[in-house]
Amino acid sequence: MSSSLKPEESVKQTLEPPKSTLGINGWLKKNLFNSFFNSILTVVSVLVIYFILKGSITWVFTTAQWAVVTENYRLFMVGQYTIDQLWRVWTCLGFVSLLFGLSAGIWKGTIRNLSIVLMLLYLVHTIVPFVSSTGKMWLAINIAIILAGYFIGPRLPKSKAITLVGWFISFPLIIFLLNGFGVFSPVKTNIWGGLLLTLLISVVAILGSFPIGILLALGRTSKLPIIKYFCITYIEIIRGIPLITVFFMAQIMIPLFLPEGFEINNVIRVMIGATLFTAAYMAENVRGGLQSLQRGQFEAAKAIGLNPVHSMAFIIMPQALRAVIPAIVGQSISMFKDTTLVAIVGLIDLLGIAQTVKANPEFLGRHMEVYVFIALVYWVIAYSMSYSSRRLEKSLGVGER
Amino acid sequence: MAKQNNVSTPFWRDNRIIPILLQILFVIIVLVTGGFLINNALNGLARQGMEVGFGFLNGTASFNITEALIDYQPTDTYKRAVLVGILNTIKVSVIGVIFATLIGVFVGISRLSTNWLVQKIAGLYIEIFRNTPLLVQIFIWYFAVFLQLPQVKESITIGSFHLSNRGASIPWFEANSGTVIWIILFLLGIVLAFTLWRKMLKSQITSGKRKYPFVWAIGSLVASLVIAFIITQQGPANITVPVLGNFNFEGGHTLTPEFLAILIGLTVYTATYIAEIVRGGILSVSKGQVEAAKALGVKSSTIMRLVIFPQAIRIIIPPVTSQYLNLTKNSSLAIAVGYADLVFVGNTTLNQTGRAVEMVLIMILVYLTLSLLTSWFMNYFNKKTQIVER
Repeated sequence: MSSSLKPEESVKQTLEPPKSTLGINGWLKKNLFNSFFNSILTVVSVLVIYFILKGSITWVFTTAQWAVVTENYRLFMVGQYTIDQLWRVWTCLGFVSLLFGLSAGIWKGTIRNLSIVLMLLYLVHTIVPFVSSTGKMWLAINIAIILAGYFIGPRLPKSKAITLVGWFISFPLIIFLLNGFGVFSPVKTNIWGGLLLTLLISVVAILGSFPIGILLALGRTSKLPIIKYFCITYIEIIRGIPLITVFFMAQIMIPLFLPEGFEINNVIRVMIGATLFTAAYMAENVRGGLQSLQRGQFEAAKAIGLNPVHSMAFIIMPQALRAVIPAIVGQSISMFKDTTLVAIVGLIDLLGIAQTVKANPEFLGRHMEVYVFIALVYWVIAYSMSYSSRRLEKSLGVGER
Repeated sequence: MAKQNNVSTPFWRDNRIIPILLQILFVIIVLVTGGFLINNALNGLARQGMEVGFGFLNGTASFNITEALIDYQPTDTYKRAVLVGILNTIKVSVIGVIFATLIGVFVGISRLSTNWLVQKIAGLYIEIFRNTPLLVQIFIWYFAVFLQLPQVKESITIGSFHLSNRGASIPWFEANSGTVIWIILFLLGIVLAFTLWRKMLKSQITSGKRKYPFVWAIGSLVASLVIAFIITQQGPANITVPVLGNFNFEGGHTLTPEFLAILIGLTVYTATYIAEIVRGGILSVSKGQVEAAKALGVKSSTIMRLVIFPQAIRIIIPPVTSQYLNLTKNSSLAIAVGYADLVFVGNTTLNQTGRAVEMVLIMILVYLTLSLLTSWFMNYFNKKTQIVER
């Protein structure tokens, strides 16, 4: 480097890497300015980012009037759910928090990250001014529950079994609590709304489509021609038509097909439609998993004398399903996003609430605020799902064998 | 057990008969359930004094559709209204597919850029638009963007393009007396170019001498267009420019906010999926292929065109096909903003006539046909690009 090196110094000197590959400058040179074309791209991108950021930040902090969101916050979350029965929703949330906490303590990994996100969400809600003080109390309790679950979980005897059972009974329990079914004062499904309804429809559709999808997939791969073609017809027809027509059918045709005097509530009808629709897609995912298995697995199961049911349950399905977990999660995400379509057939899910809130003369013209808020809610949930799916994929080593 | 020699397996344990019995049972269950449901439906309809039939389609529609590719008046029949809806569905799907592919490929390649910033921007775009529901995005475009634009009088103007809350007015083509001749000669030119290209390429391969097939093809196309100009003495079409009239823009072509909202929504959303597919396809080409091409001294643009692209396209086509199908099906969300697509027209007809079963059946049939046509076309394309195995 310097030309006036003394002889003894030049012996000691070891060559350093050229300056241009080190530090911030090196990184910039390598990643942003490694060619003339890339330098132009970088400058253009910086300009684009600058204008978009400047525009959105000014809008969020000065132009936008968030009162439309903060004043209707409860509506967005639970819709018209009877106010003095809200403790039931909170209890359900508490139960879910407990399960998250326990699972986070036991299994660590992805579920722990999700629990942290959940806790952060609760924390944000305890800080913001527009949540009522009762709400804040419940949120604080929920945070405590997650933490308690996290620390107790690993120390509890048989904690894994308890937690798994908890997850299994959670859904019926929540439906029971929310509806009342005679034990508590009834809250009819037609006043369920907001994020609560969105989540319920997606969970029902995803859970319900799973067994139907597996049956359809087995039917499609079966050797019995009538069953096979029945399943193929069902799957292909459903996959060929848009979800909205399925919802129209559910809303208009289900009542038509039922015997006189027998009625199903429109929330349930939509849930049936969503389940039957997702089942066709689920079936194709499961079929993909079945096809990915080697013939040897089927033959080995037969060779050790398992009957068809047992070989399916213990040999084939566990492997087939494991191979398609990413696809199944992807399907769940798209179902979750597609629940917005129920707003078109008149339900008041999160998007439906947004439409009604917007129609309130007090908040005329506040379109962007409302939509950006609900888009953010959808985004957080969908992104957490896709994040955990990616993590799960890695930890299961799918596609690495 | 004692008499073993003349025992035949009882039929309920015979492996050949059980499946048949099972299937018969299945058919019976399906028939009984289906019959029960259909019987209910017929009874219900009979109570309302209706019969199932498609005769109502000849009745007068008497609702207006502002956006139609073919002539349509409220006095026309339901049949024609449905046809207008189908054409509108096809219109938004085809244009959407084209734009989604362009943006998707662009973003997918950007995602693999060596430029860190470009890569991150592309990733951000994908994560944001992929994880929010399409319907919310369409609502944002429609209610929060296009309807909030200034009135016609104060429209945002760039050259001859005007953007207002009535949509976008753009210059458009208008057929003139020479258009037919232009089109005929253009088609002839294409055919000529293609045949010449194949012929020259073939003779180049057999003779081993350069025959410039590409130059020949372009040359013949240009020649036919020059002939068209000489014959007609005018351009292929006149361009009309939108001019602000009393109430709205006149001349040119106006894209309604409904159409723009649904088109941009579909394009931006589907492009994220296509981008991920393109990225996956390019990554799936093994590194050795590129290195081998580099070792042969092929320049990088040619590597992309002749080595990476033909291999990536095989991986890309099947999932992209299903994205095209998704886009077509998602165009049914147009009903939410009032773009007169098939579902919108179908729903209006259904509400006016009460013919639920028939209309839902028509919608299903049309979408199934569209899906079949698309997958048939893409399968054909897919076969052409697959490896020819020896």
